[in-house]
Amino acid sequence: MTSPMSLEQLQRTMGAAVMQPLTPEEQMQQCDTTGRFSGRAMADVAGEFIRPNSRLTSFERLEIYNRQYWFRIQSAFHEDFPGLRAVVGPERFETLMNAYLQAHPSRSFTLRNLGSKLLAWLTQNPQFAGSRLTLALDVVRVEWACIEAFDNEELAHLTATDVAALAGESRLALQPHVQLLALTYPADDLVLDMHQQQKRESSEAGTRSEDVDEAPFKPLRLRKRPTWLAVHRADLSLYYKRLSRPEFQMLSALRDGRTLAESLEAGFAGSRLSANTRLNLVREWFANWAELGWICKQQ
Amino acid sequence: MAGNRFNGFQNHGVGIGLRIPHYDHIFAQKPAVDWFEIISENYMIDGGRPLAMLDRIMEQYKVVQHGVSMYFGSAQAPDREHLRRLKNLVQRTKTPWLSDHLCWGSIDGTYSHDLLPLPYTWEAVEKTAARIREVQDFLEIPVAVENVSSYAEFVDSEMTEWEFLNEVVERADCGILLDVNNIYVSSVNHDFAPMDYVNAVPAERVAQIHVAGHTRYEKYILDTHDHPVIEPVWQLYARAIERCGPTPTLLEWDDRIPEFDEVWAEARKAERFLQPASSEEPVLTGAA
Repeated sequence: MTSPMSLEQLQRTMGAAVMQPLTPEEQMQQCDTTGRFSGRAMADVAGEFIRPNSRLTSFERLEIYNRQYWFRIQSAFHEDFPGLRAVVGPERFETLMNAYLQAHPSRSFTLRNLGSKLLAWLTQNPQFAGSRLTLALDVVRVEWACIEAFDNEELAHLTATDVAALAGESRLALQPHVQLLALTYPADDLVLDMHQQQKRESSEAGTRSEDVDEAPFKPLRLRKRPTWLAVHRADLSLYYKRLSRPEFQMLSALRDGRTLAESLEAGFAGSRLSANTRLNLVREWFANWAELGWICKQQ
Repeated sequence: MAGNRFNGFQNHGVGIGLRIPHYDHIFAQKPAVDWFEIISENYMIDGGRPLAMLDRIMEQYKVVQHGVSMYFGSAQAPDREHLRRLKNLVQRTKTPWLSDHLCWGSIDGTYSHDLLPLPYTWEAVEKTAARIREVQDFLEIPVAVENVSSYAEFVDSEMTEWEFLNEVVERADCGILLDVNNIYVSSVNHDFAPMDYVNAVPAERVAQIHVAGHTRYEKYILDTHDHPVIEPVWQLYARAIERCGPTPTLLEWDDRIPEFDEVWAEARKAERFLQPASSEEPVLTGAA
């Protein structure tokens, strides 16, 4: 007779079993595929800690949790990245999603952060995006920016008095919800149609979203066009604002903590615009940013 | 009974879970709901629409926080960032009590986002009670633990689920969120009499009651929160009210969410049991 597992051992064992990938038929693997259980039959693994009843074997009882785990995180991923699915197609998306979720299971108490490593992972694993890698990466950038812009903090923005007191050495900051993106494609056009303004809610229901596999796949065509974009929040709604390259560069420099003078220099690096034109542009930008409440004091 | 120390001596009446599809109706119609339960994790964020909507709701209604990822039964220490954000929200909502589940769900920093069952062992009793005390001390408000629906039983279990619950809440000195639907679901899945469970719970610790619907499959029941409450669950509820007295009651409806009026009408069915309790024992029908 084996001695009982400690609580921690049992949770580590069950956790590994529950998070093991499903078969293509969305059932629990007959044998361990992760190496966590040395390739053993999962029926034997389950039998070591789960009691059968008159209707279900230990394997079948564990399988309920294994399926629930994957259905829940797959649903969350589908909700967060509908644009990526539209770019790579539903079949490739399923493969990409499962590989990513296996490499990066949730490390946060909230599913909101599930896709936080997707851009880096897809960059390192381009084979999962197929031939449209550049567009796929752009769409991921926009979709993750939407998540950040939706619920990131909003700090007090600069007042007119604050603006009047600015000097070349001033260091400013951007609102945390303002996300700046430099894209190869105008991917915001694609994402705009697909994103709902209201986000997923956590719940304890053991259900799977029904619309996951029902969205029709339409191959999308998008021409390359360098695009500078801010994804931001205003009046509690998400907006996409196209930026000029100098405006993007200046905002990026401000965000990165450079002084106002350095940011101006960065904004117009390589530009042939006259000093007067630059001055007018900067005035226009600041008026616009002030209206949007984008600029804050550095914390 | 006008509440107890585990629900801040509140008698909130009947409430429903606050869900996004109902926002427009709530703001436009201002329905006479006694209170809303919010899922804490949906509002443990830094800004944006969810918090603004919550603030609007709190101008008109009482809210109580209910969590889905504290995982009182996890063997490892709680995530400090989670606790810090939870306390910020507690200070914002001034929730009179806070609930989460008697389960585990994370290990070595990886989250399942599921309510995984615990083995009913003395080690789990000790560790779970200690964690509840730690959270309760940190948050400085009463904590109630909810019994979960489960689909598996452990080889190592040394007691029944209700014995386990009772041991934990006594040692943690915390309240109970008694989910009578979860009792029903687990009773079918594990072949026990659900009324035994309801009768064994320490009535003086019941801070709140949940009712909900579920989905019955051929070999088991899944706790889906996407149907009306079935009559056997109302019978368990009736018995719980008979034992505990009027207790804040909440209908959970989390998927395939119907119109607000349908959800509210389903919740208000609880009111017939919240009237002065009959001396007659309710008869349980239909449960396994």
